[in-house]
Amino acid sequence: MTTISHHIPDSMLAAYAAGTLPAPFALVIATHVSMCSDCRASLEAHHVAGGVVLEDCAPASLSSDLKANVLDMLDQPFDDVPRPKRSGIYPGPVMEQLKGKPPRWKPLGGGVKQTILSSSDEGSARLLFIPAGQAVPDHGHNGLELTLVLQGSFSDDTGYFGTGDLEVADEDLEHIPIAGAGLPCICLAATDAPLRFNSLVPRLLQPIFRI
Amino acid sequence: MAVRDHRDRAAFAELFDYFAPRLKGFILRTGTGAAQAEEIVQEVMLTVWRKADQFDPSRAQVSAWIYQIARNRQIDMFRKESRPLPEELNQEPDTEPDASQVLGLEQEAARLKEALNNLKPEQREMIHQAYLGELTHKEISTRTGLPLGTIKSRIRLGLERLRHDLKDMR
Ligand SMILES: [Zn+2]
Repeated sequence: MTTISHHIPDSMLAAYAAGTLPAPFALVIATHVSMCSDCRASLEAHHVAGGVVLEDCAPASLSSDLKANVLDMLDQPFDDVPRPKRSGIYPGPVMEQLKGKPPRWKPLGGGVKQTILSSSDEGSARLLFIPAGQAVPDHGHNGLELTLVLQGSFSDDTGYFGTGDLEVADEDLEHIPIAGAGLPCICLAATDAPLRFNSLVPRLLQPIFRI
Repeated sequence: MAVRDHRDRAAFAELFDYFAPRLKGFILRTGTGAAQAEEIVQEVMLTVWRKADQFDPSRAQVSAWIYQIARNRQIDMFRKESRPLPEELNQEPDTEPDASQVLGLEQEAARLKEALNNLKPEQREMIHQAYLGELTHKEISTRTGLPLGTIKSRIRLGLERLRHDLKDMR
């Protein structure tokens, strides 16, 4: 098992604990935590801090029947929805987005493929498949981009990212990631800028990938 | 925790008496109306009862666990889809929690509480805002007064133990 050396920044982990991260980033964080016991432990630290804040809140008086109602409901049957499980290299949160099915790859040219997991005004999340040794010219993302390696590795100007590593790149970073040798590199990538796939990205990719 | 071990209603009632009013205060502070706040309190406390067997006091603190359930519930109410959550770790059923570890975690949480209570009022307010979900990650990272380092350093030992435990569970 490889060691993870690029972890989640503290501010992002705190925001994830508090629930203020855009959904595509929350997906990346939940996926990294599924792969990384260091970050799982740190997340627990933020939950402890959240618990301190909760206990610190001034108690509000409850409706007189609330407690009795809750106690009456304790024996009611309930559906325990099981959380999706990991399948192969795809951790549970990714499998949830894939609705339990294998990714349906769409070619982007040059052997690079993608599967869009979500796209909304909060941003987008997708899986990227890059053949070993292949370069991915900068895709001109707007806003912040998180890239989590699920299989294989990639390198760019900022360093080496192996399986489980998370790269946080702001829009100023002009990076050209190159997939490492060995297995194809499969990443989960998310941005917080609205995805303009139908216009911007294909336009940018067109000369590069000759789509 | 007695709720976990015996599904004891009396213990749950006690937990309810302590946490439900605080939970309501917490939820009201996030700008939710009173009626909806009680609805969330009810669902969170029911989840606490139903998932009590999944709670491991040697790996988590009860208020931290309830905080997490409450935030998940609140966020899911405002979204169509439920928020992405990490995989659950496989837990050996019926393993007794390690008492020294439970105590250690309690002590560190108490130290963290003390540290947060001793912060300057502005800093304390900022911590409240962050964990009530009033700050974006950008705001959290740019507000220099936010003592995120304090949080990690106060429960450093607990984190190391946790990491160690979690690695064994993978
Ligand atoms: Zn990590």
